Amino acid sequence: MRKSLNTLGSSLGAIVLALVICGVLLLVTGKDPFAAYGKILETGLTGEKLLEMLKRATPLIFSAIAVAIGFKMNLFNIGVEGQYLFAALIAAEMGTHVSLPAPLHVLFILVVAMVSGAAWASIAAILKITRGINEVISTIMLNYIALSFIQWIFETFFRDDSDGGLNVKTTEIASSGRMPDLVDNRLNGMFIVALFVAFLYWVIVFRSRFGFKLRASGLNPIAARTAGIPAKRMILFALLLSGAVAGLVAMPSVIGDVYAYGPSSTPTQFGFAGITVALLGRNHPFGIIVAAMLFGFLDSTSAVLQLSEIPSSIVKVIQAIIVLVVVIVNEASSRRYDRKIAERAALALKSLDVSR
Amino acid sequence: MTNSKNFRLLVAIFGALAIISTVRLWTDQDGLTSSGTIGTALRLTVPILLAGMAGLWAERCGVLNIGIEGMMIFGTWAGAWGAWQFGPWVGLLFAILGGMFGGLVHSIATVRFNIDQVISGVVINLFAFFGVRYLSELVYVGKKGGGISQSPPQKWALPRFDLPILSGGEIAGWKSPDFLGWLELRRWFIIGDLGGIGRGLTHNISWATVIALVVVPVSTWVLWRTRFGLRLRSSGESPVAAESLGVDVIRLRYYGLLISGGLAGLAGGTLSIVASSYYRQGQTAGRGFIGLATMIFGNWRPSGIMTGAMLFGYAEGIKLVASDSITALFLFIAAISGVFLIYAIIRRKRIQVLIALVAFCLSALAYQTVDTVPESLTQSLPYVVTLIVLATANQRLRPPAMAGVPFRRGEPH
Repeated sequence: MRKSLNTLGSSLGAIVLALVICGVLLLVTGKDPFAAYGKILETGLTGEKLLEMLKRATPLIFSAIAVAIGFKMNLFNIGVEGQYLFAALIAAEMGTHVSLPAPLHVLFILVVAMVSGAAWASIAAILKITRGINEVISTIMLNYIALSFIQWIFETFFRDDSDGGLNVKTTEIASSGRMPDLVDNRLNGMFIVALFVAFLYWVIVFRSRFGFKLRASGLNPIAARTAGIPAKRMILFALLLSGAVAGLVAMPSVIGDVYAYGPSSTPTQFGFAGITVALLGRNHPFGIIVAAMLFGFLDSTSAVLQLSEIPSSIVKVIQAIIVLVVVIVNEASSRRYDRKIAERAALALKSLDVSR
Repeated sequence: MTNSKNFRLLVAIFGALAIISTVRLWTDQDGLTSSGTIGTALRLTVPILLAGMAGLWAERCGVLNIGIEGMMIFGTWAGAWGAWQFGPWVGLLFAILGGMFGGLVHSIATVRFNIDQVISGVVINLFAFFGVRYLSELVYVGKKGGGISQSPPQKWALPRFDLPILSGGEIAGWKSPDFLGWLELRRWFIIGDLGGIGRGLTHNISWATVIALVVVPVSTWVLWRTRFGLRLRSSGESPVAAESLGVDVIRLRYYGLLISGGLAGLAGGTLSIVASSYYRQGQTAGRGFIGLATMIFGNWRPSGIMTGAMLFGYAEGIKLVASDSITALFLFIAAISGVFLIYAIIRRKRIQVLIALVAFCLSALAYQTVDTVPESLTQSLPYVVTLIVLATANQRLRPPAMAGVPFRRGEPH
């Protein structure tokens, strides 16, 4: 409890510190930080923008949980980007080839997306298990391979030019395969799915025997192996699970908004954003949801900032600085915490010595 | 030992040349070794080479650098700004400084505060991408030819030169003959190829290219022949032992990362100043990661990085200049794997026979069936090659032992 309070405090402190740094940055570049922050708060705290915040948070939650599953086992899945784009293309295309009643059709697409994401992640897993290749390197390479592979499949097989070829994408998914909106055109049902996935993540990773093994292998691989936890199988499971969740990242767009995959309509860069959100949320489901909402909130205000002569990219700069500062502060504070514990233990040992 | 090694290298180079020359004459694809292809390949090699050397300096001092891409982005922006304001030479200097800024952030985060090196690199990539976008909005928007995603064009370009006598350079106003160009036009077996390659390497060369190529021998000398280099490498191999001998590991890692950042920045600068005349968003196009791949491919050694960068640069160059020749390249690969197949059969190495056989069959099949290679697939070549190298030669690769492990002063591991 004390430790989590400590973490919460240091995270909040870090965010404030990051905002101060960004304020200085704004000031140096000739913009008024108070005006900028005021504008962000003023526009962000309207009902419309709060809905947009939830909408923008949805893919971030999926992506961050995918990354966090890896982190929990000391695996760095930088490949979420490639995994979700691959899954988006395959799921969007497969979704047009089946006719099922509405809930099953949606479920089918979601399952295909998860399987495809896991399949792409499995390449990195197999390379790590059989050849010992570091997943950081292999997932970076696989991201780029995925990008060109997807482009090739799309251009040669899945491209649908029926609407004049201006906005190229796959064939649109029938209405039975579309996820209904929670609030018309403002918030899609995928948000509920995201919350559900976060809950499942909590149950599986933090409350199940499998999750215990996973976290144990991450915290101390040697001890875990000694305790009979199969290291290679855990790597495989962790990366498959991570890839499966990654497969859902683009689903709010594919079955909730555009109803197809398109090189320009399917959003990119969420894989990297997910890393930052997972770091900010410290791999905890609740933390991830809050962090995703914070980033969604900042993103939702960027269009309005532009109108008031403040470059909208400052929002992304703020996000990057927040993450960097939070990671540094967390590292420093957890070291201080560890040292305090060690000192207390040393003191206790000393007093035992004296009494003896 | 060294002599026989050199001899074998010479035989290998000559053999490869003979094969590619045969393929060229057979398929009538002069683009394989034309000076145009080689010149373009050289220009495309430079940024990858510098990015790979940036990775080398970082990992040799013990810090992973996933942020090369981001540091290159700083380099492209700062370089283009400097070149736009003060001319290309100052631009290159600014590019180096921009990259060093990224290196400084990375070193403060990882060396001073000991945060995870991969995390820091990823965040630097994001920070750089959006940071320069923010700066562009402040500086370039509203300027003539500039905007949120690109800088105004630069007025001056870096001087280029031709080597006199060999490729028609001028000596004191006298136009010397273009000897290699003359050879290239003759199209003779091997000699024509040598002419094309030689002219490509000596004709219309930018001074920035020369600087980039000098980085390789200088880095080799500093890292492997000086006291500073020995200490720097020791803090990547065994920081605890190095510290016990009085080496200031922390300071060396700062130096290593600043040099790494500077080289990445220079790589970015060559993109926005030499390869084009303005900064454009996404100009680096993943070359930082190709550099990282090259470093792994080159087994954390300058000569290997040079080889890898040339290979990837050549592949990219031939795609750009002589895309018709790509299919001829399959025949070349088939011939090379055929030679390896015979060699492996003689040496009775079963696994190598298998690999060579598969490579031979695949490339021969590709030559027979494929007319045009989709560009989307060729783009991923460096990454696929790197994964294959990692998967097949992982045992032989030798990265710095402690690269990636945080080090705290006075703490044993």
